[in-house]
Amino acid sequence: MLNVVVVGNGMVGHHYVAQLVDSGIDAKITVIGGEPRPAYDRVHLSEFFAGRSPEELALTTREHYAELGVDAHFGDPVERIDRDNKTVITNAGRSFSYDKLVLATGSYPFVPPIAGSDHQACAVYRTIDDLGNIQAQSKGAKVGVVVGGGLLGLEAANALQNLGLETHVVEFAPGLMGVQLDTGGSAMLRRKIEALGVQVHTRKATEVIEENVQGETRLEMKFADGESLATDVIVFSAGIRPYDQLARDADLKVGERGGIDVDYHCKTSDSDIFAIGECALFGGRIFGLVAPGYRMAEAAVSQLGNDPIPFQGADMSTKLKLLGVDVGSIGDAHGKCEGSIAYTFSDERIEIYKRIIVSADGKKLLGAVLVGDCSDYDSLLQYFLNDIELPADPETLILPYNAGSAPTLGAAALPATATICSCHNVSKGDIVDAMEAGHCSLAAVKSETAASTGCGGCTALLKNIVDTEMAERGLEVDTSICEHFAHTRQELFHLIKVGSIKSFDELLDKHGTGRGCDICKPATGSILASLWNDYVLEEKHVGLQDTNDTFLANMQKNGTYSVVPRIAGGEITPDKLIVLGQVAKKYNLYTKITGGQRIDLFGARVQHLPAIWKELVEAGFETGHAYGKALRTVKSCVGSTWCRYGVQDSVAMALYVENRYKGLRSPHKLKSAVSGCTRECAEAQSKDFGVIATENGWNLFVCGNGGMKPRHADLFATDLDDETLIKYIDRFLMFYVRTADRLQRTSVWMDNLEGGLDYLKQVVIEDSLGIAAELEEQMNNIVGTYQCEWKTTIEDPERLKRFVQFVNTDEDDEKIIFVQERGQPRPATEEERQTLLKETA
Amino acid sequence: MTQDNKLVALCKQSDLIPNSGICARVGDQQIALFYLPKETPQVYAIGDWDPIGKANVLSRGIVGDIDGRIVVASPLYKQHFDLHTGDCLEDATANVPCYRVSLDGDQVLIAL
Repeated sequence: MLNVVVVGNGMVGHHYVAQLVDSGIDAKITVIGGEPRPAYDRVHLSEFFAGRSPEELALTTREHYAELGVDAHFGDPVERIDRDNKTVITNAGRSFSYDKLVLATGSYPFVPPIAGSDHQACAVYRTIDDLGNIQAQSKGAKVGVVVGGGLLGLEAANALQNLGLETHVVEFAPGLMGVQLDTGGSAMLRRKIEALGVQVHTRKATEVIEENVQGETRLEMKFADGESLATDVIVFSAGIRPYDQLARDADLKVGERGGIDVDYHCKTSDSDIFAIGECALFGGRIFGLVAPGYRMAEAAVSQLGNDPIPFQGADMSTKLKLLGVDVGSIGDAHGKCEGSIAYTFSDERIEIYKRIIVSADGKKLLGAVLVGDCSDYDSLLQYFLNDIELPADPETLILPYNAGSAPTLGAAALPATATICSCHNVSKGDIVDAMEAGHCSLAAVKSETAASTGCGGCTALLKNIVDTEMAERGLEVDTSICEHFAHTRQELFHLIKVGSIKSFDELLDKHGTGRGCDICKPATGSILASLWNDYVLEEKHVGLQDTNDTFLANMQKNGTYSVVPRIAGGEITPDKLIVLGQVAKKYNLYTKITGGQRIDLFGARVQHLPAIWKELVEAGFETGHAYGKALRTVKSCVGSTWCRYGVQDSVAMALYVENRYKGLRSPHKLKSAVSGCTRECAEAQSKDFGVIATENGWNLFVCGNGGMKPRHADLFATDLDDETLIKYIDRFLMFYVRTADRLQRTSVWMDNLEGGLDYLKQVVIEDSLGIAAELEEQMNNIVGTYQCEWKTTIEDPERLKRFVQFVNTDEDDEKIIFVQERGQPRPATEEERQTLLKETA
Repeated sequence: MTQDNKLVALCKQSDLIPNSGICARVGDQQIALFYLPKETPQVYAIGDWDPIGKANVLSRGIVGDIDGRIVVASPLYKQHFDLHTGDCLEDATANVPCYRVSLDGDQVLIAL
């Protein structure tokens, strides 16, 4: 068995281990990581400050390594390599022998030699521990400066902004992201991020950092041009340097300016030692992106098996979101190739910049720069990577699509070698092979090839290929909602709307077969409510509702229900609080504060629900729709009324928003929040739609989500007045209600929306479909026909018939048993229930 | 079930909820009654106890059909139970009792 030791457990080191395990090569793997934790996702590091925990960033765990039989050690870095005895020795003096050694030691941030840069409020941005340090230094701070306007610098700026600091970026060069962007793209990026509140200072050479003894901030940076900048925290992100000290000490060949020299096999000057990732120097270059590092890892693993593949350099094209701004760079972004021709499109109104560089004969794409809109990136990258011949008028590739007929590069035009998923190195040929082997759906292809399971950037392209290939095979994509309707939810919505259908039976008669089921019935119930807003317990609708909608309460595990009255914006009077307490005591209910700033009363027996609600309605409460696929809560912070930092009255806005949209039935639940300032205490950026106050009005965020798969909301529009804000939300919500799939949250809807955020903006803001007025009217109709379902229900004896445990006796269900815990009732466990039932018997 | 089962009057037809269910009790048996006016027969009865969710809730599920079998979906974890037989479509070890019911004028009768 081959004894392989991997030094370093960053993204590339981890990929090497995963690939080696998968390869089936008989190897004993030892991993030695210098950081105290196993590999994590460094690419999304700044999300740490947006609330992603270290666990969520993790790529693996100690337990997982143990399951794979990998001997892993963390927090004790390797100190030296003893090549003669083929052994590595750690800081703590432990030694590990190897047959093959893999160095994946990565890189460290470069801190320019500036006097004062060793101050404790000066930090770097590379590891989770660095983030912890930045967070600690930012406590009580107001201003933060990032030194370095490159890709990593802007990521760090995002981190500082997320920490609520006034953020500055100081760059030595004339522009931002000079490596990836040309002058025009760089200028547009600057314009966009300055609009987001980040102040950019270019052509600034920092000479000294001094402690600021009198001023309000801790530090003062002095620049060579005589100007200065006051700040509390400084983060250096001015480039990386390879961690090659181990190799130097072991007399391995290193580059003049650092980096462990490797060949096509990723072997160093010692053929038993490999180097991969950012510590390795190949062809005189360091590849500072994760995808090339992964290719190196794969090449290095293959050298141990029977089918070695060479590493031949890697494409450094990249697409990313910096501070929420889409940026893409492909190939020769600066147009340095001889005779190349550039086409540029720039629109300062919507802040989009696109440039393509083509060969002298106009046939090949050599490079591209995209700022503000990356929707063309995938197509352009395919042209570039596969040398596909460009259309006769290459400019049509980047012009706004209403300006001409934009030829989109169809899946059929791609060669089999075209890389579709660069995270997992899946080519179009791999996808076609998987489909040949019978994996004929998007989900099957994803699980078979792992395509689109990494960054997800290729999702749309992958779907396109799968759909095209299915069509070629004469297969139909089955999008039926269930066996009773050969339609999607969207199609059902249109059928119901256009045919003015008012009941499920009518829909089934006209468009379906059979009797319906627990999939199509609630979906139809929801569509009918979104369109006509009838009382959900009307006789013709009652059979469509899930139990939660039928009983206007949430069924819990023991068959009892929880009751959630609406507490709009989380604001409640003392008198109402007292009523909640009294009702809970009277009916022996467990009470808990929810995440949406309301109070949930658990353990209500079905027959008690009407009496409980009668008391609540009399005290002025309304139903909270916690049971429905409907608007739930609009969370708020106290805003400018109380808070020293608030700039708008967030509570009043939250109340208005919640009261406007309460009762709106939608494909899935909807959550919202309003924050009174950029500190964002209401966490609006994790909601389906979130509103954050600015000095000038409101910023609207859409399609965020907490839950199982958190998604940070997208900034949709800025500095809106009250009226425009509501108008946009009306349109946004109704467009979602119309077009989403059944049980599809706004976050997933957005991820699947062709054209994405930009398309949604066109529809909602620019009214590109000409339906804005209709969407608003539909919403106004819903708002105008709102009723509290509980009030209607308790006034209607016919509806109350169902709120009984037994139709033929008033007895209780003896299987519902509570025990006391921490002064409140809770459902008995199965074991407790058995014991208690025996005792009473 | 044989013909000499005792017939018990459970409730009135007007107590039933069209196209939906309600629970009745006989002794310590809890029975989920479903009233489907368009079907023949119109009334169905199975045990109310959901053996998977472990609660008396089946009467509160949604009624429909799967591959032509008339079923109720448990409101807790959505398994389907055949209203003609009490069989659980997803888990043969989780079948529930099934009862013979009939309408006699306005009376709902059950054979026990």
